[in-house]
Amino acid sequence: MNTNNSNGDVRIGFYICHCGHNIAGMVDCAAVAQYISKLPGVAVSRDYKYMCSDPGQELIQQDIREHKLNRVVVASCSPLLHEHTFRTAVAAGGLNPYFFQMVNIREHDSWVHTDRAEATAKAKSLAHAAVCRVRFHRALETTRVPINPDVLVVGGGIAGIHAALTVANSGKKVFLVERDPSIGGHMAQFDKTFPTLDCAACILTPKMSAVRAHDNITLWTYSEIVKVSGYVGNYTVTVKRKPRYVNEELCVGCLECINACIFKEAKFADEFNVGLSKRKPIYIPFAQAVPPVVVIDPERCLQVRTGKCKKTCLEACADRKAIDFAQKEELVEIKVGNIIVATGFKLFDAKRIPEYGYGLYPNVVTAIELERLVNSSGPTAGEIVLRDGHPPKSVGMILCVGSRDLKTNRWCSRTCCMHSMKLAQLVREHTDADVTVFYMDIRAPGKGYEEFYDKSLKEGIQFVRGRVAEVTDWAMAPEEEGKLVIRVEDTLAGFVRRIPVDMIVLAAGMEPQADAQAVRRMFNMSCGTEGWFLEKHPKLAPVSTFTDGVFIAGCCQGPKDIPDAVAQAGAAAAEAMALADKGFIEQEPNTAYIVEADCSGCKSCLPLCPYTAILFDDATQKARIIQALCKGCGTCVAACPSGSIQQNLFEDEEIFSEIEGVLAYV
Amino acid sequence: MKYSYFPGCSLKGLGRSYEESLLPVMKHLGVELAELDDWNCCGATAYMSVDEGKAAVLAARNLAIAEKAGPEDLMTPCSACYLVLNKTQHNIADYPEINETVRRALGSAKLAYNGTVKVRHPLDMLINDIGLDVIKEKVVRPLKGLKVAPYYGCQVVRPYATFDDAWNPTTMDRLLATLGAEVVPYPLKTKCCGGSLTGTVPEAGLRLTYILLKEAVRRGADVIATVCPLCQFNLDAYHDQIEQRWGPARVATVYFSQLMGLAFGLAPEQLGLKRNFIPMKPLPAQQPAQKISV
Repeated sequence: MNTNNSNGDVRIGFYICHCGHNIAGMVDCAAVAQYISKLPGVAVSRDYKYMCSDPGQELIQQDIREHKLNRVVVASCSPLLHEHTFRTAVAAGGLNPYFFQMVNIREHDSWVHTDRAEATAKAKSLAHAAVCRVRFHRALETTRVPINPDVLVVGGGIAGIHAALTVANSGKKVFLVERDPSIGGHMAQFDKTFPTLDCAACILTPKMSAVRAHDNITLWTYSEIVKVSGYVGNYTVTVKRKPRYVNEELCVGCLECINACIFKEAKFADEFNVGLSKRKPIYIPFAQAVPPVVVIDPERCLQVRTGKCKKTCLEACADRKAIDFAQKEELVEIKVGNIIVATGFKLFDAKRIPEYGYGLYPNVVTAIELERLVNSSGPTAGEIVLRDGHPPKSVGMILCVGSRDLKTNRWCSRTCCMHSMKLAQLVREHTDADVTVFYMDIRAPGKGYEEFYDKSLKEGIQFVRGRVAEVTDWAMAPEEEGKLVIRVEDTLAGFVRRIPVDMIVLAAGMEPQADAQAVRRMFNMSCGTEGWFLEKHPKLAPVSTFTDGVFIAGCCQGPKDIPDAVAQAGAAAAEAMALADKGFIEQEPNTAYIVEADCSGCKSCLPLCPYTAILFDDATQKARIIQALCKGCGTCVAACPSGSIQQNLFEDEEIFSEIEGVLAYV
Repeated sequence: MKYSYFPGCSLKGLGRSYEESLLPVMKHLGVELAELDDWNCCGATAYMSVDEGKAAVLAARNLAIAEKAGPEDLMTPCSACYLVLNKTQHNIADYPEINETVRRALGSAKLAYNGTVKVRHPLDMLINDIGLDVIKEKVVRPLKGLKVAPYYGCQVVRPYATFDDAWNPTTMDRLLATLGAEVVPYPLKTKCCGGSLTGTVPEAGLRLTYILLKEAVRRGADVIATVCPLCQFNLDAYHDQIEQRWGPARVATVYFSQLMGLAFGLAPEQLGLKRNFIPMKPLPAQQPAQKISV
């Protein structure tokens, strides 16, 4: 095998990066360079402060020219960060970029060790291995695979809606898939939005309508993704479309069927009003639902459950014939190039903190319940009332319920301070009640947020600093009779207080969706320890994931408010469009290939390939690997009984010489 | 069903009626109890707060005897004993230096403890081992119409919430409901009874006792059910002083096991009910009770 780029011998250039103090603080870089300089084939061995800087890269190029290098090794950070940088520098110096090997002595060494001598020894060992292996590198070429410009957006909350519209406006086709019968997500349930107090519906519903009207958007509500296969640019996605027993094309949303339903009384908890009102088995999620059509709850509908109903809804629908009990669940397969996951969050279940009495005392409500109470289209038409119908004279709001709490969730849910202050202002606006907010810290770090806090203070809302110990109906004084008593250590006043109120609002925090792990696996994403989807880099790749072509936006990545969710959605859309507009992706050449002479045609590799990239050639009776589909996972390479499958950049000689190199330094 | 049994000092002294009722009730349920041979003081909270290491030795001796006696779980009815034995288990496992102190001290008495004993509270056994359905079958005299405030005290669920919730324990609630009693909502179920402050700083300690009693009365309870000898004593013994300071808050406090005995049809005099300062009112329309030899 010709292993040389030039006619002469292998001439290796070795560079060790200080990375400021990141590496040099724990590794004696000069000693490593000195050690490597003595190895056979090493023409140049240097240490340098920042190899990724322009002068650092120029150093490599200059050495390639002056010292006629034909191999380059850089010991620095993770290849995830700078492998591309150095390969480009090597190519600019006139070498094939795959005559390069990178050694990670930062994440794998200096950052994780505390003994300088041992860390230096490890760096020498790892560098030695790379120098041994790079000798066997061959010239390789990247291949180009075209990208399907269509984009899938998963989740129809504000993040998904904004991402879908942004991509669609650029002229690309978008599939927007939403699990619930209507898009809109949590934002649709809100009354006003902070800090401007503009009406949530007024700013959201135009966007929801735009989604429905957009020629480039295919909207599938009441649908879920069940399978994803393929790779960046070429994903195949299977969507399960649940039967809503109503033809979306034919239904005009006249709601006659609801009036005609055999259930005269609405008796089932209404999801949109978080159980504060009732609905029938046939219902429309809310007045501005998109699509504006009814849906039948299969768990509740007599006809769906038993097949024995008078079907008065069908009569009411009459000639439109929009109701269709013959609908079946459908699986639809679509092909897209990029995917934006915007699957949102779930609210913390306040019952998990029994000392706050949610579920025990009727007038302990969650913030989202108060949101529905204050909304004019809500169950009380905008009246804030207790369960007995009277308006409260005093309201206590407890922050950090299921947030910043070692017993439940450690993270800050980020929105509850502002959300509660907004609700406090709305309570003051709608009632004569005194409002007291119980907080640990007020976190109001957004644009106009601190001013909103100021406004809350000026409007006479009381703030008590302290984590509430408990909510009880145990009255110790006459003025506490019939009230809910909040027991709290007022940490500014320095004593324990008992504060009686009529209504208590719990600012329940945000949690990852219950099925976040299943969704994560389906899209091949990672999760942090808390269960939020993990971005590729917390600062510099905040909407990318470790899977190319899969982006995240909104609260599935972590708690955030509407402005942040929308900003992320726009960013995710831009990332997807940038890839789509490029038209192709460059595929790394680290793919597997068959050494035909050795292949016995046993077919054991065929079922192992997760990407169905291996075919069996009947004519030659040998396996064949389709380079465009191979992702270089190495499964077949390891499994081949005759050793006839090799993988570029991971050939036997390269691996074995690397092992020898590691073991050479003791 | 077999358990070994660590009574602790209370159940032989102040809290005698706890043992007097618990033993026949357990027997009635087919539970065999073997009292530990030569058991000693658990050390209680007092010793723990002076010297955790030495207190652990005292408690560990009981655990070592229990381990030697057999593989059965160790029933520990007194809340203080239950907490101290549990805490000692934790300390031995978590702190090598305490483990070493205990190992050496036990060794000098030719004893050893390997950490295998499971310390169990009777409530835990009743709910999780015996089961409410079995208990229900034994109820011959349902406590119909009897309003009971379930009072757990602090130690049985804090800091180790081993078998019930630390904030809102419900095992006794469910047990009492199974006996046919009406369980009144009692939000103070884990609040402090005053502990030893009733003796040392009565102004502070008795106030806490009074709060518990007054709330039980306010909730309409006929009786308070408790699991702890110290709680029972505090809630029962100081009514005169409490009345002088804050006014009357008269309600009887009994052990849950006494109520179980009544529901099982055992005779009140067999259950130590006569020992109360504030006697529990007799159940309406008392049915003849059966005699059970202990």
